[in-house]
Amino acid sequence: MMAWIGAGFLILGAAVCLVAAIGVLRFPDFFMRMHAATKAGVAGAGLVLIGVGFAVPSFEIAIKVALANLFLLLTVPIAGHLLGRAGYIAGVPLWSATRKDQLAGVLARGAFDRPRPDAGVDAPGDGGGR
Amino acid sequence: MSMSGAAALVLATMVAGVLLAVAILCVAVRIVRGPTTPDRVVALDMLSLIGAAAAGLAVLVSGSTAFVDIALGVALVGFLAVVAFAGFIERGTIRGDDTGDAP
Repeated sequence: MMAWIGAGFLILGAAVCLVAAIGVLRFPDFFMRMHAATKAGVAGAGLVLIGVGFAVPSFEIAIKVALANLFLLLTVPIAGHLLGRAGYIAGVPLWSATRKDQLAGVLARGAFDRPRPDAGVDAPGDGGGR
Repeated sequence: MSMSGAAALVLATMVAGVLLAVAILCVAVRIVRGPTTPDRVVALDMLSLIGAAAAGLAVLVSGSTAFVDIALGVALVGFLAVVAFAGFIERGTIRGDDTGDAP
């Protein structure tokens, strides 16, 4: 029974990881990609580790899996927050359909030296194709 | 027909491995494509999370429980790398322009 639960968690976690990676690939904007990587990414990795904990029923593995999940939940949001702040300050361009920039005037925003005039912002619906 | 739990676990491990491989491909395309440094760092963060999940799968493939510690280590290294890159990006000295104050 534990093996069945573990198998379900493994497939669920890997599927969430795949969804997060597709989000990182296809979202049109740096900040949206950051949301995909930090939210769905930590959920996927955590679910896979929980699946391992169910598949290998031992107390040691359970403790280690719980610690790894706690560590992921503590650190990944911090890394995402730091990276979003740094990207905004560095001046990464927002998506062209952005309606509201609530950080305008709050954080100093630099000019990013871009290789192309519209680099970093893909056309809506294009999904990042070059 | 019914499946035993061990067989279901082997099948689930294989399916999860294939899904994680496709995820790594998607992230690799984003790393190559960019177009800015923060985009690549976000993809690196996602890559370290997928690496932690793959290390978890390696426990079931190899039978060695030491890979759980490796998953923890990969997550730690990814976190430190992203924090360091965020500092570089915020200070602007990794962009290669002439506004950096490097000696």
